[in-house]
Amino acid sequence: MPHRLLKFGLRRHYPEPRMFRAPAELKPEYDVIIIGGGGHGLAAAYYLAKEQGITNVAVLEKGYLGGGGTGRNTAIIRSNYLTPEGARFYQASVELFQDLSRELDFNMFYSERGHFTLAHSPASLRIQRWRAAVNQHLGIDSEVVGPEFIKHAVPEIDLTCGGHQAPVCGALYHPPGAIARHDAVAWGYARGADRRGVEIHQKTAVNDIEIRDGAVAGVHTDRGYIKTRKVLSAVAGWTTHITDMVGLRTPLVIHPLQALVTEPLKPWLDNIVVSASLHLYVSQSSRGELVAGASLDPYELISMRSSLDFAEGLSAHMLDLFPCLGDVTVMRQWAGLCDMTPDFSPIMGTTPIRGFYIDAGWGTWGFKATPISGQTMAATVADNQDHELIQAFNLSRFGRFQLVGEKGAASVGH
Amino acid sequence: MKSLRCPINGPRPLQEFQYGGELREMPDPDAASDEEWADYVFHRNGGPAVKREWWYHVPSGTWFIAERDNQSDTVVRTYLYGRETVHE
Repeated sequence: MPHRLLKFGLRRHYPEPRMFRAPAELKPEYDVIIIGGGGHGLAAAYYLAKEQGITNVAVLEKGYLGGGGTGRNTAIIRSNYLTPEGARFYQASVELFQDLSRELDFNMFYSERGHFTLAHSPASLRIQRWRAAVNQHLGIDSEVVGPEFIKHAVPEIDLTCGGHQAPVCGALYHPPGAIARHDAVAWGYARGADRRGVEIHQKTAVNDIEIRDGAVAGVHTDRGYIKTRKVLSAVAGWTTHITDMVGLRTPLVIHPLQALVTEPLKPWLDNIVVSASLHLYVSQSSRGELVAGASLDPYELISMRSSLDFAEGLSAHMLDLFPCLGDVTVMRQWAGLCDMTPDFSPIMGTTPIRGFYIDAGWGTWGFKATPISGQTMAATVADNQDHELIQAFNLSRFGRFQLVGEKGAASVGH
Repeated sequence: MKSLRCPINGPRPLQEFQYGGELREMPDPDAASDEEWADYVFHRNGGPAVKREWWYHVPSGTWFIAERDNQSDTVVRTYLYGRETVHE
């Protein structure tokens, strides 16, 4: 053990600076209360303070920072979506991500890997061509490639899937597809917001939201009542708890999504490989672990339990694509909560309740949207008007039958 | 939840079942306003609750209702649609 570490461990006080303060008391009133200390809530707090000049803000988190969807996703960042609304939005997010380490002065381990979405059938290849055409029209680097190209980039792949599935006949290739360290995103935004005056309160649960005459009046927490005129709900998988408090009807239904990591290996997989037919996406983290996720659990459940069915199914599909992994051990598996919308697009912006803003419906696509959702929601909360990039995602789209059918979302069967 | 009680076949492993979503009453399409119809088509009760849900036992082709807690994943009871008083 290094001498310095030993001395540090034996100290009575720890002089090392903390990432953010832990304020002892809640103030009686804030300009904005953000429910949810995940990436989205913290990013919104950061941009509220930095770009909108609103610093009397509290982020309330019932657990610990980044303990929900932010810490449970597979950290893939890309913008090769199908709808122009979605592709434009996620492209803006990728551009923010590319500069995020510098912006927050915190290493995000942002690593561009190139992203393959494998097609196992002509029908699937047709969707990938459609996506490539939309992407190219919007200036997003994306193209359809053949099996030789895939095999050259990922020599370990078995394009025949061992005969257990239809062989791979092509893929959508998205060179800017990247992975990042998801905890760093939450902590970086938390530190940036904290330095600009935002208060972050962990272990603070919201029990009720007070609505008077159709407008937000305050928030009841397990640490007392706080007055506020603006509440942003950024709790993704827990959104239905919050919308039940304010009596707002939404299409959200919660499903768990499970993922796992293997033991660390020497670097061998440069790219991110996704197969919708095999319900699999896999990449190798900077620590060498293979990070892999599956499709949604098949029925509604507000619980983060993990199951053997998942581990068996996903491992089998991994072996179909990568038979070389037969001896590799699974280290951890877990589940996150996905608040699914019927059109696979998020629900963002203003609501019929004055002062209540929603950032939800993040299903399986929330992490990659963290910076842009923070920035656009901050602008929306400050101006009380939906930011131009998110107008198509307003909750009212369901009442108007104007859905944004996003079939480019992760782990969505096409 | 690893097994589910089919009202016809008794307890069976969960792998034999498919989930059919929450039991919802359809408003009269001719009488409903656009708003009521959109609410029926899109909106759901996604919050924590014991909900009445459609489940399907695939091998025997049986659709039935399960009353299930969507947080603890425990089933209160299952019965054939419209026969909840017969099958306790």
